[in-house]
Amino acid sequence: MNGMVWALLGAVTAAALAGIGSAYGVGVAGQAAAGVVTEDPSKFAKVLLLQLLPGTQGIYGLLVAFITLSQIGLLGGSMAELSLGTGLMIFCACLPIGIVGLISAMYQGKTSVASIGIVAKKPEQFGKAMLFPAMVETYAILALLVSILAVTSIPV
Amino acid sequence: MPDNSYVYAVARIRSLEMGLFGESTIEQLMACKTAENCMAFLSEHGWEVPANPTDAESMLKREQERTWETIRELKVDMSVFDILSYQQLYHNLKAAIKEICVGSVDANIFFPDCAVSKEDMLHAIQEKDYSILPEHMREAAKYALETMLQTRDGQLCDIIVDHAALMAIHEKGKHAKLEVLRRYAESVVSVADIKIAVRGAKTGKNRLFLERALAPCDSLDLEKLTTAALMGTEAVCTYLTECGFAEAVEALKESNSLFERWCDNQIIHAIQPQKYNSFTAGPLIAYVLARENEIKTVRIILTGKQNQLPEAFIRERIRDMYV
Repeated sequence: MNGMVWALLGAVTAAALAGIGSAYGVGVAGQAAAGVVTEDPSKFAKVLLLQLLPGTQGIYGLLVAFITLSQIGLLGGSMAELSLGTGLMIFCACLPIGIVGLISAMYQGKTSVASIGIVAKKPEQFGKAMLFPAMVETYAILALLVSILAVTSIPV
Repeated sequence: MPDNSYVYAVARIRSLEMGLFGESTIEQLMACKTAENCMAFLSEHGWEVPANPTDAESMLKREQERTWETIRELKVDMSVFDILSYQQLYHNLKAAIKEICVGSVDANIFFPDCAVSKEDMLHAIQEKDYSILPEHMREAAKYALETMLQTRDGQLCDIIVDHAALMAIHEKGKHAKLEVLRRYAESVVSVADIKIAVRGAKTGKNRLFLERALAPCDSLDLEKLTTAALMGTEAVCTYLTECGFAEAVEALKESNSLFERWCDNQIIHAIQPQKYNSFTAGPLIAYVLARENEIKTVRIILTGKQNQLPEAFIRERIRDMYV
């Protein structure tokens, strides 16, 4: 495989793994949100926000994929000539958001489910309930930063 | 991929737990002067008032039905709730054996909504076709029927069936994946053993009776409990204190009603961790048990108010609440 294939694989990995994680997280939190809304529709807005939290990793993966595609010239239509080493470096640079995005979104989804349980019983504690899944976001942001810095720092 | 099949159901149950009675609600119910006031209070809190507004029993029965209607609505695997109906199922077995051997018994003695219907249970005992029954109760049904036919000893038949029920609960709990079921089974069996030992000691039962009635559990050594029960109530109390059941001993020394209350509270304490579980059937089981406990407590209060019993008398019997 030449460098371009590895770089493209990196972009796909970032978008796909983070997207899978977000789909799982939003899905599981959505089930819990639906359960609460079935009994108390007035809590819709609060549980919707909690459901959306694990969705950010998918956006981060997409962002890294766009930057990567832009870096290698696929978006502009002028594909760069990449050596195998450069391609592999870009692939590695995409891995942090792919892997951390997948795992953190799944765990954030579970934490959102638990927080939705808080909102179901104590809606006035919504602010505190938001903080628990938001803490998981930290690690997705760290991975995003590493991936962006690495992808943009690799000379193409 | 992790199993998330209970996430929706648990979230619904979390919302429904808001409607469970806490200690403050029970206090408000206690503050009602008459049973009619209690019924009105319950109605305000969403309990369905029957056609005859003074018919408390219909109201309680309807609430039990509503609990199961809610659980069925969740479309979850109902087999996780099997263990909760074992005592009722075995009670129906006792009723069926007595109906076949002695003649007709009160039709209302059978619990409805069990895994085996009243008709099937009667058919199984009449025709000795135990294949209709769940596997765990076939041997006990055969043995209890034979014993009843040969000895006409209803108490012995009860002991055999009750022991089989405890064994079935213990076995089911031992192999259960859910922690709540393991804790429930352990609580039910250990509390039943303590009751048997205490009553056996008070009434001077012999070793054979105790060995037939007591069922194995992790919290108690049956040999030591049997020996203590043969020595008397004081020895049972000493053994229970050694095993960490000091609260039971204290309650027992105070009064029988406090002891019964302690027994019921054990189940509620066993399910408390389910308040913080979001992914398994545990909170659903806890909700069913909490509702049963709530209905039982309301029944105690209503009966007390209907019979104009002193407040202290009723209060002594009020169970701990789940929420």
